[in-house]
Amino acid sequence: MSKEAIMTGKYFMNGDEACAEGALAAGCRFFAGYPITPQSEIAERMSKRMPEVGGRFIQMEDELSSIAAVLGGSWGGSKSMTATSGPGFSLMMENIGLGMMTETPCVIANIQRGSPSTGLPTAVGQGEMMQAKWGSHGDYGVIAYAPTSPQEMFDYTIKAFNKSEQYMMPVFVMADEKIGHMRERVVIDKSKVETQPRRKPDADPEDFLPYEPKEDLVPEMASAGEGYRVHVTGLTHNEKGYPQLDVETQKKKVGRLVDKVEKNKDDIVEIKTQGVDDADVLIVSYGMAYRTAMGAYKQARDKGMKVGIIRLVTVWPFPEEEIRELSQQVSGIVVPEINQGQMVHEVERACGDRAEVKLVPHPGGGLHKPKDILNALEALI
Amino acid sequence: MTTELKEKEESAEPEITEADHPATRYLRQERLPHIWCSGCGLGSAVTSLTKAFDELQLPIDDIGVVSGIGCAGRAAGYFETDSYHTTHGRAIPFATGLKLANPDMNITVFSGDGDLFAIGGNHFIHAARRNLNINVICVNNYNFGMTGGQFGPTTPQGANATTSPYGNYEKPFNLPDLAASAGAVYVARWTSVHARRIQNAMEEALSKNGFSFVEILSPCPTGYGRKNDLGEGIDELKSYQDRTVIKHGSDPEEAEIERDPESEIVVGKFVDTDRPTYCDVADSYLD
Repeated sequence: MSKEAIMTGKYFMNGDEACAEGALAAGCRFFAGYPITPQSEIAERMSKRMPEVGGRFIQMEDELSSIAAVLGGSWGGSKSMTATSGPGFSLMMENIGLGMMTETPCVIANIQRGSPSTGLPTAVGQGEMMQAKWGSHGDYGVIAYAPTSPQEMFDYTIKAFNKSEQYMMPVFVMADEKIGHMRERVVIDKSKVETQPRRKPDADPEDFLPYEPKEDLVPEMASAGEGYRVHVTGLTHNEKGYPQLDVETQKKKVGRLVDKVEKNKDDIVEIKTQGVDDADVLIVSYGMAYRTAMGAYKQARDKGMKVGIIRLVTVWPFPEEEIRELSQQVSGIVVPEINQGQMVHEVERACGDRAEVKLVPHPGGGLHKPKDILNALEALI
Repeated sequence: MTTELKEKEESAEPEITEADHPATRYLRQERLPHIWCSGCGLGSAVTSLTKAFDELQLPIDDIGVVSGIGCAGRAAGYFETDSYHTTHGRAIPFATGLKLANPDMNITVFSGDGDLFAIGGNHFIHAARRNLNINVICVNNYNFGMTGGQFGPTTPQGANATTSPYGNYEKPFNLPDLAASAGAVYVARWTSVHARRIQNAMEEALSKNGFSFVEILSPCPTGYGRKNDLGEGIDELKSYQDRTVIKHGSDPEEAEIERDPESEIVVGKFVDTDRPTYCDVADSYLD
């Protein structure tokens, strides 16, 4: 039942489906998940497509086991992913920490819905932006993308896989119900898909240190069955991978988990800007909220207001320097997001007292009205 | 020296050295000695597994060992194989991914009763139901040893533990019965005194195509034993010798374990059957 992994062509598909296709294009060959709205279309498509490309799909008994199986799949040598939404994301947190600590490449797509708790299962939310950064216990760097369209669900799921392999860590696709369920044109072109292969060791098994960092602070990974006889543990470990429970080893290990993202920010951070050169006020937004903000931006420009818009493509690591730089020329920044204020704290931190930062919150379950954002902009000019 | 003795000496077998012991080849020597208390059954269970690997001549690089958290959870770290010390309760789902990504490997989950049957109980029954082709070895010491001896899902009713000072109110799981009910194709129970039986059961489990389960009842002189006046580890072993009755093929429902130190403990092989594994079924549907 073999079919193309990268289905070159033009399609009308929803964001969830595009996410699944992006994963397959990136080389994902193992998916473990548990049904939850509004991500189920990802799992459904994976259940159909994975066998077609020689991969494995398994529906696990819960989200705890889904992410655990994904980590196992990755150590087994397959590019692996899971997809979930708020309640499942909460359940995955402990093993996301295991993935960070053991430097296991994989992708976790969170199609966010109204929260907290069961919240609004079928409606949009952006309530887990901070959870993506701080959700599992302890310190570690995080890479998270916020796509704004089905096309970007395809493109940035590929990118998430590439960065997960490049930096040897779980990477998040922090989408939302609207982006997951909206149906738009998606162009898939095999010739334009770039993929990052796994960082395999050159060293002989006797000499190989699975957690010895290379120049970019990232180690290499030997899969199960390759003769390297790796030991992998969530305990604080030395470069051999063996538990070593002391301050020096903890400092070195956890420091590197943070630094491998922080010190490679130039390679990771992405923003998109429009109209910022002459702007008096700025909008900073991401994901579905950005699409509404874009409407407000256009209306403002039509009115002759000098407004610029910045879109966080990577929400984590937060583009702190970029926002700081741009904040120096404006009187204020408006931050619309579909929560009661999460990324706005990062914007405030980056701006200091250089510009007034104004949150435009939305409780979830629907979208901002462009007018709400427009009013906030007018108040700051 | 008499002629007879001299002849005997000349025909003697080559000296057996430490390097010949399976534990030398299958364990990470630089990580020994292990962390377990004297009198604990974990060390001998690990040795039995190395002997089973050796007996079956399994290539080391085809073996994966996965553990959860707890005393038994530390086992994976001693095996000179690809070895994974995962989170509490999640060894089986981790092993699920490892196996599906690498179906030719022989994957053994080696963990404890608290890890596999309290926090991880759901994964156990689902992996058994799926008939995922992995081996699960549970060293059952009737309590959460690593955290100081709290009662767990296998603590006999009425037994003492640090969180059951008035006696455990709860009825424990009968693990062979649970495994058999959930669909395991191989189910055996032995105790730490049954070293050769354990090795034999492990060999059968490793050779079995499907979800295999071996329970090893272990002494825990530091935790469960101390709280229940069972004496030293050796006393617990003697108690197992006296209490166990081998009943191969018996109904696992009758394998419950009572607190009473005089009560009978049924051991043996309860299930040895065949049904298509998860991968067998999946592959047959995908042809």
